[in-house]
Amino acid sequence: MSQETESGPAVPAESDAAAAPRAKKGGAAPRSNARALEARRRFIRTAVMSTGVVGAGLAGYLPVAAQADNPRLRPPGALDENDFLSSCIKCGQCVQVCPVEAIVLGDITDGFGLGVPHIDSRKQACDFSCDAVQCILACPTGSLVYRKPDFLKIRPGAELAHKPVLKAKANDPEPTLNLIERAGLARLSRPEACLATQGKGFKGPARGADFTGQMRYMDVDRWAPIPVADHPYERDLCDLCVTECPIQDAIRLEVTEAADGSKRGIPVVMEQCVGCGVCEMICPVEPTAIVVDSRAVWEGEA
Amino acid sequence: MKGRFLEQIMLMLGQAPKKPVEFTPEAQKIHKMKRLTKDDFEAMKKHVRDHALEKNTWRNRRWTVLILVNILFTFSFWLDIQILEGALTASRFVGFHLIDLNSALQVMLAHKHIIVNLFIGTATVFLLWAALGGRSFCSWVCPYHLVAELFEKLHLKLVEKKLVTDHEFHRGARTVMWVLFSLLAIVTGFTVFETLSPTGILSRALIYGPSLALGWVALLLVFEVVYSRRAWCRYVCPIGLTYGAVGVISPVRVVYDLNHCFHEGDCRKVCLVPHVLEVVIKGRSPDVKVPIGPDCTRCGLCVDTCPSGALKFEVKGLNKLL
Repeated sequence: MSQETESGPAVPAESDAAAAPRAKKGGAAPRSNARALEARRRFIRTAVMSTGVVGAGLAGYLPVAAQADNPRLRPPGALDENDFLSSCIKCGQCVQVCPVEAIVLGDITDGFGLGVPHIDSRKQACDFSCDAVQCILACPTGSLVYRKPDFLKIRPGAELAHKPVLKAKANDPEPTLNLIERAGLARLSRPEACLATQGKGFKGPARGADFTGQMRYMDVDRWAPIPVADHPYERDLCDLCVTECPIQDAIRLEVTEAADGSKRGIPVVMEQCVGCGVCEMICPVEPTAIVVDSRAVWEGEA
Repeated sequence: MKGRFLEQIMLMLGQAPKKPVEFTPEAQKIHKMKRLTKDDFEAMKKHVRDHALEKNTWRNRRWTVLILVNILFTFSFWLDIQILEGALTASRFVGFHLIDLNSALQVMLAHKHIIVNLFIGTATVFLLWAALGGRSFCSWVCPYHLVAELFEKLHLKLVEKKLVTDHEFHRGARTVMWVLFSLLAIVTGFTVFETLSPTGILSRALIYGPSLALGWVALLLVFEVVYSRRAWCRYVCPIGLTYGAVGVISPVRVVYDLNHCFHEGDCRKVCLVPHVLEVVIKGRSPDVKVPIGPDCTRCGLCVDTCPSGALKFEVKGLNKLL
């Protein structure tokens, strides 16, 4: 208590501090003058401060505008970008349920996207090892949904031809993921670097021994994803993006055989690609030869 | 006492405290007594002060609750105990949706679509804080409140050494900003305030790890230390106003007892929202017992500080029941 009593006029003493020096100068009603002056100063201070705060808030639009052409990859079932930013309550419940910890929250450098979830596929892709798209189930505000509300339209080419079949669930009574739209679309961004197009095979852990990404391997454990580093591969012709893709009919390898018997392949993205990003994560080439373009739509086979 | 209810709401929105016009006969009697028996009054006051115990009962309880709630959030994720999943903006308590009222407001206004879970979570939290005191959310749960409280001590030390002075703002700023941020959500379709909210930023940082956004929180704290005491909570944060509005109907509040008050003003010095304690100034109390208005965060610092027990927590209606 003693501390509080010593600590001076902590109570809003309105104008006492300002009154003292003004009072010395004299004048007709110094005290009320000082009071008025202080009130004016306070008003100006308040206006400046309020403008600053609202301005700082609005500055959050700049990163959103900057990212408009190259938006972040959102978790499956995300509404269109602006609807997603507005409906997301920034709680991270989707982060908490993801078994492979693919979902991360945006920082203040994302402006209005602060606290909004996204996926960095190259580091850790969504491999649907939860089977039921848990992040959609966890979302309390309908930012991640199986089916959009009617007033939100589906962009042409964003809709999947039919519900995607999850390879891991192929033998289950209900083998599909209850998704209607894609999050993005895979694209062979550097065909010249792709091992298959060069006719090369691959041996060893896909991304090196230090890679922290995880994935579910049905032949290891359906319910426990393991580090990709602990699951080395051996392929005569690299086809990791095709075999590790969790979705049926989303990507295929078109193989051509030369006269000397050597094989070359080219990964071809198909209409059922949901944009999960597993191909981008697993691609052993550095930097990756295949990427997911967030929000990209299907415009026919490339 | 009539009209005090509305007056307290206006006070919360930023109006300056007014002197009461009407006093109950009992209150008038006590005010008169205190003037008549001045020497006895001073002697009693000294006696009480000499025997007052320095206590931090409510502060300690509050800090414990605040830390436990935030730890529960953190551990639910870290240790996967799944009791309170999510962050302060929205969560599930053993499966039941809880949604912060101000975040819900921002999302509803920006997105203009309310799904069932959002409504259930918001309604649950509304009832919870209507029962528990509205702004008690601020002092008993908000992590920024605790951090700001610690930095406030530094601010007060610097004030004492005359290194800094407290610059007041007009309290109406918070109301203006509440309206502005609501309008911005409607017009822009973005939850603009969420980008600034130190409550959300801190809560997420505690659960999901540190972020650059903590720099903004640090900036606010520096501003509060060197320029304006508790500026964010006092003059800006719309969350406080939202929960304050809920607290209008809350039965949990601090009640002032004119009988036990020596009008020393210690309570007003420790208070985050001293305008709600205008009633303790000598001659200002319109009644013998006066409940403190909705802008009060129910932090209990005044209850701890009062040497003569004139401020006490009370649950309206509970006394009658017991």
